[in-house]
Amino acid sequence: MEVTITINGEQVSRDVEPRQLLVHFIRETVGLTGTHWGCDTSNCGACVVLMDGLPIKSCTTLAAMCVGHEIRTVESLERSGNLDPVQLGFHEKHGLHCGFCTPGMLMTARALLDHTPNPTEQEIRTAISGQICRCTGYQNIVSAIRWAAEHEAATRQEA
Amino acid sequence: MQTPAPFEYERASSVDGAIASLQEHGAEARLIAGGHSLLPMMKLRLATPAFLIDINDLDELSYIEEDTAEVRIGALTRHAELLESDLLAGHFPVFRDAEQVIADPVVRNRGTIGGSLCQADAAEDLSAVCAALKANVVIKGLDGERTVNMDGFYIGPFTTAVGADEILTEIRLPLRQGAGSAHEKVERRAGDFAIAAVSAAVWLQGGTIADAGIALGALGPTTIMATRAEELLRGKAPSEELFAQAGEIAKEDCSPLPDGRGPVDYKRHLASVLTARALRRATARALHQEAN
Ligand SMILES: Cc1cc2nc3c(=O)[nH]c(=O)nc-3n(C[C@H](O)[C@H](O)[C@H](O)COP(=O)(O)OP(=O)(O)OC[C@H]3O[C@@H](n4cnc5c(N)ncnc54)[C@H](O)[C@@H]3O)c2cc1C
Ligand code: FES
Ligand code: FES
Repeated sequence: MEVTITINGEQVSRDVEPRQLLVHFIRETVGLTGTHWGCDTSNCGACVVLMDGLPIKSCTTLAAMCVGHEIRTVESLERSGNLDPVQLGFHEKHGLHCGFCTPGMLMTARALLDHTPNPTEQEIRTAISGQICRCTGYQNIVSAIRWAAEHEAATRQEA
Repeated sequence: MQTPAPFEYERASSVDGAIASLQEHGAEARLIAGGHSLLPMMKLRLATPAFLIDINDLDELSYIEEDTAEVRIGALTRHAELLESDLLAGHFPVFRDAEQVIADPVVRNRGTIGGSLCQADAAEDLSAVCAALKANVVIKGLDGERTVNMDGFYIGPFTTAVGADEILTEIRLPLRQGAGSAHEKVERRAGDFAIAAVSAAVWLQGGTIADAGIALGALGPTTIMATRAEELLRGKAPSEELFAQAGEIAKEDCSPLPDGRGPVDYKRHLASVLTARALRRATARALHQEAN
């Protein structure tokens, strides 16, 4: 079937099988390999992308279900050479080791800050509770997201 | 890489259209809402529908509304919306208790109440919640609508009163005086299904329990109503002793299976402790003195 999905602001049309999962559509059909695929049980969250601004697990959504919706992947965070504050936060606070969970963590963090600009540590921990990181022990990820929130608040004040 | 077996896909643009399509494609067809129970099952080939009817465009099934007699929830309302609803938390705090511990926030952006009830997995928290509140559900088919009480909704494991060419459209929660409710769940880690869960509701009248609803989750092949425990409570003044007795009955009347989440004796122990805890919190809320 022919599907047209808006990915990172661009309309992408492809002929796919109805059974194709969004994560495979993004990675294999469109070729955006920033989004990761880490499990078959909808547990790991490496595949998280934004659908109409909300984080969803792209391994548990059919590409066909996304027709008419806006999908944002990790590739959309950097704009004209400038990293998004959440990316800077992960860099500053060492929020990753192997990086496998990072694209999902970044997208969940972005959505959290869009809806809750000044989250508490508990709110951050809850937001990422559907995502598994085997390396960092989470503390650095939480600090990275806090850093991004503070950085964004400072930038807003300057503007 | 696990991908579902091949199927045809169609998007419904109306409830009647979805019903007509179910009718046309027969037993091979399935509705898909959030897809967060169905797609994992399809990846494992535990479900192999040949035809999927996507109901996500049916905005008319997404609402939480209140009138004088009841609160009505559209079947496509998502977990995240149920969690955020102050209307729901005000009348039925059991919803927010449960939604805080159902899956994780990302899953909650997609999963729906209709999908949760129709999945008919004994570990679905909302099945226990709706059963304890003695909800009625509206089922629509070619011949019109019918209403079924939650105590007749589950026919067996993964089987409900919803026919193959029918759709669940609404959940109705009766508004009654003196209500209090709570959900208690023990899970292995954040985001997991329950090892055991208990939803309880009480309706107080002049210091005594006029009626009670107790539903046990993940403690048998389907969601279990602890009817003997409910009977014990009716007409009595709430007390710690009474809650403990109700817990002992729940422990006897559940029928948990041993699995990776725990052995039978542990689950029975949880049935007893969680029933008493849920009753205690439900009663405190009914008395407007939330205690934890
Ligand atoms: C990682 C993970 C963890 C989870 N943890 C929990 C948990 O802790 N507690 C919990 O309760 N749940 C949990 N869930 C399940 C989650 O709540 C699901 O969202 C829910 O069970 C199903 O809702 P859905 O809308 O996704 O249904 P779907 O998967 O779309 O559908 C499920 C079934 O219901 C049928 N159906 C759907 N809507 C209707 C309708 N309106 N009328 C008739 N039939 C319909 C479908 O045909 C299908 O058979 C978890 C899920 C995941 C992926
Ligand atoms: S790939 Fe693991 S949750 Fe999606
Ligand atoms: S950085 Fe390795 S899994 Fe998170």
